[in-house]
This record gives sequence, structure tokens and C-alpha cells, in this order.
Amino acid sequence: MANKIPRVAVREQDAQVRATNFEEVCYGYNLEEAQLEASRCLNCKNPRCVAACPVNINIPAFIHHLVEGNLRAASDVILEDSSLPSICGRVCPQETQCEGSCILGIKGEAVAIGKLERFVGDWCLDNDAESVAKATANGHKVAVIGSGPSGLACASDLAKMGYDVTVFEALHKLGGVLVYGIPEFRLPKEKIVAREIDTLRKLGVKFETDVVVGRTITIDSLMDDEGFEAVFIGSGAGLPRFMGIEGENLNGVVSANEFLTRANLMRAYDEEYDTPIYVGKRVVVVGGGNVAMDAVRTAKRLGAEATIVYRRSEAELPARREEVHHAKEEGIEFRMLTNPTRVLGSDNGWVTGLNCVEMELGEPDESGRRSPVEKPGSDFTIECDVVIMALGTSPNPLLKQTTKGLETNRRGCIVASEEGATSREGVYAGGDAVTGAATVILAMGAGRKAAKAIDEYIKSK
Amino acid sequence: MFKIVEKSLLAENIYKLRIEAPRVAHSALPGQFVIVRVDEQGERVPLTIADFDKEDGTVTIVIQTIGASTKKLCVLNEGDSIADFAGPLGNPSEFVHMSAEELASRRYLFVAGGVGTAPVYPQVKWLHEHGVKADVIIGAKTASMLIYTDEMAKVADNLYIATDDGSYGFKGMVTAKIKDLIDNEGKHYDECVAIGPMIMMKFVTLTTREYELPTTVSLNALMVDGTGMCGACRVSVGGKIYFTCVDGPEFDGHQVNFDEAMRRQAMYRSQETQANEKHNHKCNCF
Repeated sequence: MANKIPRVAVREQDAQVRATNFEEVCYGYNLEEAQLEASRCLNCKNPRCVAACPVNINIPAFIHHLVEGNLRAASDVILEDSSLPSICGRVCPQETQCEGSCILGIKGEAVAIGKLERFVGDWCLDNDAESVAKATANGHKVAVIGSGPSGLACASDLAKMGYDVTVFEALHKLGGVLVYGIPEFRLPKEKIVAREIDTLRKLGVKFETDVVVGRTITIDSLMDDEGFEAVFIGSGAGLPRFMGIEGENLNGVVSANEFLTRANLMRAYDEEYDTPIYVGKRVVVVGGGNVAMDAVRTAKRLGAEATIVYRRSEAELPARREEVHHAKEEGIEFRMLTNPTRVLGSDNGWVTGLNCVEMELGEPDESGRRSPVEKPGSDFTIECDVVIMALGTSPNPLLKQTTKGLETNRRGCIVASEEGATSREGVYAGGDAVTGAATVILAMGAGRKAAKAIDEYIKSK
Repeated sequence: MFKIVEKSLLAENIYKLRIEAPRVAHSALPGQFVIVRVDEQGERVPLTIADFDKEDGTVTIVIQTIGASTKKLCVLNEGDSIADFAGPLGNPSEFVHMSAEELASRRYLFVAGGVGTAPVYPQVKWLHEHGVKADVIIGAKTASMLIYTDEMAKVADNLYIATDDGSYGFKGMVTAKIKDLIDNEGKHYDECVAIGPMIMMKFVTLTTREYELPTTVSLNALMVDGTGMCGACRVSVGGKIYFTCVDGPEFDGHQVNFDEAMRRQAMYRSQETQANEKHNHKCNCF
């Protein structure tokens, strides 16, 4: 029986070593390991993994091709539904999606679908990038705002249909959250992200960095003056939230976005780069999502003692399970059911500690998670010199403010249909700008749906 | 890449660069700023816009060499290019949204300090072009540190120069000149706009408060992205937290917590000193 084979362990950098460098944690499978792991798939008649995948990749089919050693075919199957397999294989929360529904997971361990996807995606980048054929130009111009997952996916599909696509990026580097947010040790920038972008260049997609749409140009100027027939907004959710507690403006309190942008985008950890980063001796990260894990592990790598403070229990941590596991291996301290109430500071205004209360889980809230309730009289202080707030992000209001008739909801997210159509004709949106902070795969899927809708819109004009 | 089409030395360590950036020049308005990154290793440095020309597509910035990145920027010459020039960022000055009728009766007093004189210029120029009268005080430590005096003289209704050592014009601080204008010359203003070092803006607001003169300040907080993503530029205004990059850079000066803002500005000072030494050391090698 195929399912008698245990899940093939993936090779990783030693935890002690990697806690001091920024190299990728996971080495991934080689062909032999990938095929052995692929052979565990039961090829279910009614594959639950496909239904659980946000973009419904035909998982058993690609795995089957992989078992047969037909990597080209495996890659083609994935590319039908996903444009960024190397990236999604690394950053998707597989345990709540495909792998979480795998039949093998009921009694034993699920097939390592994420690692297999990564293997096929990387193979494709290594072997296939040259074969990308430029489509015949159809003469229609489409603008894409933002070069994150949704924008890249949308641009890729449109370029393959023959559209003249220009991607406008506000920052100096392409990739959006893949570059400023997710650290090198989880998603290598040159090896993976830059090559995905190169593939798009080969398809004929143009890129303009340093263009802040809403300031440098507007959606209206793109459509009225520059001849773009449709616009896709994939500007993400970049605005950090703070707690609103006392002491949050002390020196040493930063958003996870700031901390990660300094480290990832500005490469503050590299001596050759000019941007400074303040790490101190002891860092406390507030939050339990992937961003919190990225921040705390970056702080550790920069030499600090690093602690996660989260108000719910470990079971509710929204981060990928693998990241929590890796963080623990690297020596990150987890303080669950702990909620900050005040940041403490020295007379000259630098952080000296974080005042917290202990929490206990009460009744489930509207999200179905048991909501934490404060334990009376449980105040205590964690000494630290840096506090990083990783409490989630909201979409930037700039496009809403500068685009007449673009509807947003009360959370500041752009209102868009399932296909990505907004309240403005010819303007489509997808990804975190519509949903609020979510996953790479959902953003990628939304970008692809919008590409299809944009194609139909332009053809019907 | 963005080409430097003109470079000049305005005063010791203060340079003026005119940069080819047609998209920025086209959209720029008084009060806004840009983020500049000199090269791949450089920081993203927020710099106020000193002038812009929609016709030839250039934007002028004025830089004082303080850190490693600003020094790197100022060793470049005409014809060289800088890696990144993003903008215009932040909100334009409030008066650009006012109607001609509203503006017609208003009297402005601008108080410019040091390198902050540069961003005052496009504001006064804009008002001048719209027929609005504005008096300007330019303050500097000493005569040789004064910048933009000739340009300003052409657009200001009255230009007053104050030097700490009396080497040119009024001897004393800009705050003393404000008092002098209001108390001794019987001037009346509807709004004061102060741009300069944080400490100068703080004392200007303390002075104008005595006269209940509404005062706008332009904050030069630390930033990374400049588009609202990082929150490094958080500032307390009227007890509420704002992001300088997207909510500002101009705020009601009487509501700004300057002591906190100055403390936050110094957040990376020790690291900057190190980087500066590293940079200086590198330069000496050649």
C-alpha cells in the first residue's frame, strides 16, 4: 500500500545555524525524494485537496505526472490554475488548505503537497523559463497597479492573451509583499521572486517602479491621457495597525511592516547597505500571524532574544504551522494568552518593557475562535528594548481618495465582484486591496479572475 | 534612473540638484516631498520639493549632507543619475485647494529656517502666481548659510532676513523677528507657515500661539517607504497619532507634540553616526 510509506522528511538548514543567517530554511526535495513522496498520493476519485485549494489546482494529476517523472506535464497541470507555484509552494498555509483535506491526514500524515508543488515550480524556473513564448500583440493597453502576487498573476495572464501590459510599482523594487514583507529565509528574492518577474518580462510585460498611483499619476490619467483601456488594482494592504495603547510612540516601538521593510527591502542586515535597523537586546513581537513569525525570526537572526506575545492560545495562532514549528526550533519564546496593555519607557523616551495581562479563553466570537478574556489582577512586565507590532494591515486609502466613484467598504477595502469588477467601469481589483490582508494564493487567484474579466470587457467594447 | 541636469553648491554642505523626473514634475504641488534613493545600497531619503517645472519635466531638491546617503547623493555630478526618485508624496499645502475669493483676503507669513527655506519657495511662488501676498522671514545662523534669498525676493511681498550673529539683516532668532513684525510694524497675518529644523518650528509655534496666529508646520519625520506602509513617521497631533507621509507632511503646529517628534527623529542617530564613519572611511581610501 502506498500509504505505508511515511511522509518524506524535507531537508532543512540546522536550526542553530540558520538562526544566525538569512539563507532559506528549507532545502526542498530532490527528484528522488519528490517522487517517493508523490507515490504516497492515493489519487482519490473525489479529491478533497482540489476542493480545498483556493484556486483548485488539479493536485492528483500533477502528482501523478511527477510519479511518472514527467515534470513538464506536472508543471503544465499546475500552471493551468496557478502562476506562481514556486512561491505558493513555499508560503501557502497548506495545513488548512490542500494538505488539511488529504485523506491520508486522517489517520497519518497528509501528502506533502506544498513541498511537491515547490519542487515542480522550481524545476519549471530552472528548465522551462526559456520556452516562454510571446503572444501576438492585440494592441490593447492594460495597466496593473502593484507588482505583488495579484498584480503579477493578472499581468501574466493578460500578456499571454496578447495585451500590452504595464505594471506600476510604488516602491523601487518589484514583488510587493513578496519582497518587502516575506523574509529571504522563507522566500529567496533573487532565486525565486526575481525569476518569476523575469518570466513576465519575457512575456512582454513592462514595469515602471517609483510610480505611486494616486500621487505620481492617477487611475484617471492612465485611462484618459495614457490610453489604458482597463486598470487592475492590486495595491495590497500595506497600512500597519497599532494597538492604541500608552507608550506606542516611544523609541523602539515599530510596526512589523517597518521592521521587515528595513530588513527585507532595504537589506539593513547587510553591512553594505545604508539603511539602519534597531534591534536591541530583547525584542517582543505582538501578534500571532505569519508576519509576526517573520518579524520575530528576523529579530533573532539579527542577534536579539526574541519573544512572541499572543492574546489567544497556540491552537488559534493564525500563522502557518511550519513557521511556528521553525520559530520554536530556532529558539523563539512563545508567550500565549498574553495581552499587552502599556509600553514602558525610560525618562529619555526609549522602550524598557511591555506591560501585559494574562488572558483566558471565553466564549467563541463571530470568527468561531474562542475570544480571550482578561484575568483580573494578572499584570506583569516583560523587559525589552524593542516592541514590534504585528497586528495586521489595512488597504492604503490613497486610490480611494484620488479615484472618483471607486467604492470601498467601511474597512477601507475596495468593493469588487467575484470577477474583480469595481464600481468604476474598466477598473478591476483583487487581492488584499479587496479582501484585506489574506494569502498569496488568494491574491494570485483574484488577479487571474480579473485578467479574464478584463479580457471579456475589452473584447465586448 | 533619474538624471541630474543641474547641480550647484548653495552654502556649506547644502546642494541644489535639478533632476529629470517628468512624471513627478507633472503632478507636484507646493508642500509635497519626494523619496530619493541614490543607489542600490542607499536609504530611501525623504526630501522636500524646492521647485518643479512641468514644461521641462524637472524637479529641484535641496540637500544638506548629513548621513551616508545624503553625502553619496551630493558627490554625484551633472549628467550622473540616481537610482530612484518617487513622488510627489504627501498632501499639498492646504491653500492650493482654496478658492480665489478665499485666498484674496488672506495674508501669509512664512518662516523659513536653514535648508527648510527651499520647500518654502514653491509655496510662496504659488501664492505669488495666484496674486496672494506673503511675507517671508528667512533665518540662518550666519550670512554664509543663507539660501534662496534672491529667488524668494522675487516672489515674496516683503522678505526679512534674520541671522543669529547679525552678519546679515535682523540680528536674532526668527521668533524675535515675528514679534518685531507684529508688535512694532503692526503687521497682521491670517496664517503662519513655518518650515525648518524641528526645534525652530517648535519655538515658532510657541511664539505664534501668543498671538493666536494659526500656524502650519511641515514635519521632516523619519520614513522608510513614504507611502503609509511602515509607520516610522508617526507623530502625535492633538493627542492623536498620524503618519507624516500620508496624513501630512503639514500639520497644525499648535497641536504637534514636538518633543516627541524630536525624540523620534533621533531614533537611529547612533547607527547613522556609525554608517557615516564607515562611509567617510571608505572615501578616504581612494
